[in-house]
Amino acid sequence: MTTTAATPTELTLGKALNAGLRRAVAEDDRVVLLGEDIGKLGGVFRVTDGLLDDFGPRRIVDTPLAESGIIGTAIGLAFRGFRPVCEIQFDGFIYPGFDQIVAQVAKLHYRTGGAVTMPITIRVPFGGGIGAVEHHSESPEAYFAHTAGLRVVSCSNPQDAYDLIRLAIASDDPVLFFEPKRRYWAKGPVDQALANPLPLESARVVREGTDVTLVTYGPLVMTALDAAIAASDDGVSIEVIDLRSLSPIDHATIEESVRKTGRLVVTHEAAQSGGLGAEITASVTERCFDFLEAAPARVTGFDVPYPAASLEDHFLPDLDRILDAVDRVLGRRNSLTGWSAAK
Amino acid sequence: MLRPSASSDIRNDIRSTELLVQLLNPDGDRVPDPEFDHWVADVTGEQLRSLYEDMLVVRRIDTEATALQRQGELGLWPPLLGQEAAQIGSARALRADDFVFSSYRENAVAYCRGVQMGQLLAVWRGTALSGWNPFDVGMATPAVIIGAQTLHATGYALGCLQDGVDSVAVAYFGDGATSEGDVSEAMVFAASFQAPVVFFCQNNQWAISEPVALQAHRSIADRAPGFGIPSLRVDGNDVLAVMAATRIALDRARSGGGPTFIEAVTYRMGPHTTSDDPTRYRDPAELERWAAKDPISRLRAYLEHEGLLTEEFEASVKAKTDDVARELRAACLALDPPHALSVFDNVYTSAHSVLERQKSQYAAYLAMFEEVAE
Ligand SMILES: Cc1ncc(C[n+]2csc(CCOP(=O)(O)OP(=O)(O)O)c2C)c(N)n1
Ligand SMILES: [Mg+2]
Repeated sequence: MTTTAATPTELTLGKALNAGLRRAVAEDDRVVLLGEDIGKLGGVFRVTDGLLDDFGPRRIVDTPLAESGIIGTAIGLAFRGFRPVCEIQFDGFIYPGFDQIVAQVAKLHYRTGGAVTMPITIRVPFGGGIGAVEHHSESPEAYFAHTAGLRVVSCSNPQDAYDLIRLAIASDDPVLFFEPKRRYWAKGPVDQALANPLPLESARVVREGTDVTLVTYGPLVMTALDAAIAASDDGVSIEVIDLRSLSPIDHATIEESVRKTGRLVVTHEAAQSGGLGAEITASVTERCFDFLEAAPARVTGFDVPYPAASLEDHFLPDLDRILDAVDRVLGRRNSLTGWSAAK
Repeated sequence: MLRPSASSDIRNDIRSTELLVQLLNPDGDRVPDPEFDHWVADVTGEQLRSLYEDMLVVRRIDTEATALQRQGELGLWPPLLGQEAAQIGSARALRADDFVFSSYRENAVAYCRGVQMGQLLAVWRGTALSGWNPFDVGMATPAVIIGAQTLHATGYALGCLQDGVDSVAVAYFGDGATSEGDVSEAMVFAASFQAPVVFFCQNNQWAISEPVALQAHRSIADRAPGFGIPSLRVDGNDVLAVMAATRIALDRARSGGGPTFIEAVTYRMGPHTTSDDPTRYRDPAELERWAAKDPISRLRAYLEHEGLLTEEFEASVKAKTDDVARELRAACLALDPPHALSVFDNVYTSAHSVLERQKSQYAAYLAMFEEVAE
């Protein structure tokens, strides 16, 4: 028997994004990349490495240093029928472009009665854990998930990075694409000839389990898997769900899991109040209240600005904090046993 | 051509030109300039020596901090190598009651404001988000969000105007920053309200990998007059020219003349930061051309011509830079991580119920590990 499917190659997440971008630019001449230092330098994380050489400065555009400028001109290009892919150099630098994203990109399709589409992809390296200086470790996804008109996704592994970036670019809706920067160097198999990649909107059960549903996305998927392995040594079976899509959230997949396990833990790096964990736990409570054996738990960054690097280990959810929450939903002894708000 | 007078009804009197104001050429010869000379006529030989010492000290800070980063003691360092004259010449023109709003590369400015070695390194070692108290030294801690601080400087200057004091706010920013909307907005506000602010742009030719030509089609100094702000374009590697230009701008601001824009033309001789690899995007020949215009060697040559570069003086400068290097290293190693629960400090000025709860729960969480250890 002969097979035409390419054998998967081992790539880092960053290189998988590079391959996905390369293919998108090669396949559609309306795709243009815009960003700071994405040309000769190949981006500060080298995600666009080599693209300028192969596709030239009209497709791979080093822009002036202005995020509002990048997003605003992408809107004009989209009006003209292009599919811009914007790179925001770091999470904390998206705010000068925030107005153009939430007030313009998100609303143009709606307010033109569907006449105008904004097939813009906005790539954002996000999250902490790299010991960076301020504004380089943030998780601003909730602002965008809260904004109607935007799709929001995040990848956690090389295969999804490759698939999701192509699906995002192919989407006629604007997509905020959050890349887990501390996982850029994580390796995994990538099949570049996958016929039917999981759709943009779908979550993925990355590890099956029966006792607790653990929902996360982006950089913490790896941490969650480590926690699940540790828990299994302890006889606890954790089902790990990688959301992939943060807007819309694939509630059906979460719901199915919680109906099975009866217990939910959500973890993300972003601050707790008004975060995605709040949305997920509220939805689960609404949708499968009768199946819940315990109150859902959230393990998140605190409601503080991202701290100095030497404190980030206290801010970031890690394996121990996740397992502590798992103990809580299982009714085992945990850090809040005996804790009361009055103390 | 250039009129350094400071009467308030003169708007765009200081015209930018493609010509650089230069008082010391790269060989260290004093170039007479009838319009600028008197602004530095009072600079004595002793002061020249002191400027030279400052420049060597900050270059040493740079070298030492880069080494500390390589040794894993700092997470990152943004070298200012090549920009010593632009920073020292301007910062030494300021008064203690002036206020600086800078970007991350202005470590020489911070040094001049009296920032201590440990304070200079804290954010790069990751032990704090701010190295010093801005009010102690008249300098806000660096803005990493490019261009944001130009508006802060403008607002501070408006406050000075309202309070009837003649203090001046100075915004330091780069060539890349001039593309950000904030910088244009700052110029609009400053011009509208005639704010006593100095926009000090160090055009070091690069914004990470992007050459200045991508940010500005004409000289950067040319942009300000369109906003109604007079501008000056100076040789940023000439400490005297920079000082003269800064004094002109400060004098205009103090006497009701409003904002001035200075483009100091210089060169980032090092990488963008210790994480950067400029060989990916920049021609080494360019570095060589600029090395020939080094700000320190030209002042050194001038001192030599003037007979000010005695052996004794050189020895004292060497001793000083060695001291600073030692002090810097010791201060760096003495910077310890803050205690865990300080992560919750200073988010608000008074108690915040949700955060209090998170803090209390995290304290309980940490206590669990102590119990285990016991
Ligand atoms: C709003 C924002 N966008 C992007 C960045 C990333 N960034 C950091 S420094 C830099 C280049 C700045 O160049 P320039 O203003 O010329 O200052 P220089 O580094 O040369 O001193 C960029 C793009 C940032 N810090 N803030
Ligand atoms: Mg620059």
